[in-house]
Amino acid sequence: MCLAIPGKLIEISTDASGVRMGKANFGGIVKQVCLEYTPEVEKGDYVLVHVGFALSKVDEAEAARTYKALEQMQQLTELDTPEVLDDEEVSGAISEAA
Amino acid sequence: MKYLDEYRDEALAAGILAEIKRIVTKPWVLMEVCGGQTHSIVKYGIDRLLPNEIELVHGPGCPVCVTSLEMIDKALAIAQRPDVIFCSFGDMLRVPGSDCDLLILKSRGSDVRVVYSPIDCLKIARANPEKKVVFFAIGFETTAPGNAMAVWQAHQQGIQNFSVLVSHVLVPPAMASILQSPLNRVQGFLGPGHVCTVMGYREYEPIAQRYQVPIVITGFEPIDILEGTLMTIRQLEAGEAKVENQYPRVVNREGNRVAQDLVNKVFEVGDRKWRGVGSIPKSGYKLRYEMRDHDAERIFDVREIDTKEPEICISGLVLRGVKKPHDCPAFGTLCNPEHPLGATMVSAEGACAAYYAYGRHLQEPALVPAS
Repeated sequence: MCLAIPGKLIEISTDASGVRMGKANFGGIVKQVCLEYTPEVEKGDYVLVHVGFALSKVDEAEAARTYKALEQMQQLTELDTPEVLDDEEVSGAISEAA
Repeated sequence: MKYLDEYRDEALAAGILAEIKRIVTKPWVLMEVCGGQTHSIVKYGIDRLLPNEIELVHGPGCPVCVTSLEMIDKALAIAQRPDVIFCSFGDMLRVPGSDCDLLILKSRGSDVRVVYSPIDCLKIARANPEKKVVFFAIGFETTAPGNAMAVWQAHQQGIQNFSVLVSHVLVPPAMASILQSPLNRVQGFLGPGHVCTVMGYREYEPIAQRYQVPIVITGFEPIDILEGTLMTIRQLEAGEAKVENQYPRVVNREGNRVAQDLVNKVFEVGDRKWRGVGSIPKSGYKLRYEMRDHDAERIFDVREIDTKEPEICISGLVLRGVKKPHDCPAFGTLCNPEHPLGATMVSAEGACAAYYAYGRHLQEPALVPAS
């Protein structure tokens, strides 16, 4: 559980508390990611994410090989855990779906 | 070489193996420290591809495994309270405490929730102001920034009903403890790549120097492990003992300074009990005094609980690299992932569970390098 999973940053935002957040795509699964520890990253970058926190930027090739290695080792199961959404995010998700 | 065709880059793997065979002249014992590396080594049979001179032993690098029985029992005591929503990473739910586990409590009606990120707990806390939301903050240095941020945000935003049960462990003191033991056999380390993403590797330099052991920060892919092994053997054969970085595409010497700063604002280093090993001085994080309003141990006043591990279990010796899973009479019989007796079987990243998952309990012990 100490391995970080690479994902592609598809959105960067600031939440209501002023925390730098984003959304990352992990092989098709999109999750929220806290970007407070990686102030340098931009949309489109690949980041290594552990328990919802981006810890470092990696290049695309490294992201791809790490993702594949984790997949082969069946180490991606934590991505299956659903995220908790607050009321605002739920209404946002509903309007996105609509 | 039967596993070699599964490797992503066969030619590269074969080249590294040939070079290892060419340079090795003496028997050496190496330890990998990260549970992900252990998993990879056993899955791809890397230990069996290496020349007989090289023995890989598996370190204490699974945070789920080394969380002490006392701490599991404290978690169970807190999770049973009707005023508590107890949140945890999924890996902890099946870890047995003295009487039961978190999953059993959940089935009995306790509000136990699996979260992807500690930040999710803050949302649960905001949505449930009448409840006390407790997060089981376990992990090595890789997980500490996430857990620290959850506490920091709660502190900054005045989220009073959020607390953490902290059982954080640190890699370098565990390595030092292994090296100090009179039973120690480890002569070189494959250091933990993703831990060093956060921490860098400066703190490993005094260990390499003091104990005269090479430490090679290594990734977790098979090729990484082969290359890390080659770099470690090169040093050993040359009589060197320094820190090298096999994983520069991800790790640098300084690590993530922003993350380290916040971790240090929230946590301080303290003694920590490791399951199967016992207490190791200054080997864990505990909350700083300023964060005491979010300290579940203080809030719920869970006292030291007297616990007992099964006598037959040798997980403490396995975690220190003194024994292998096959050396245990209970391995694969009395002890298996459904009914784990000790630390190294409780999570998939533990050495015993990894051996079991890849069918090594069905094979003759003689296939494993003698310990």
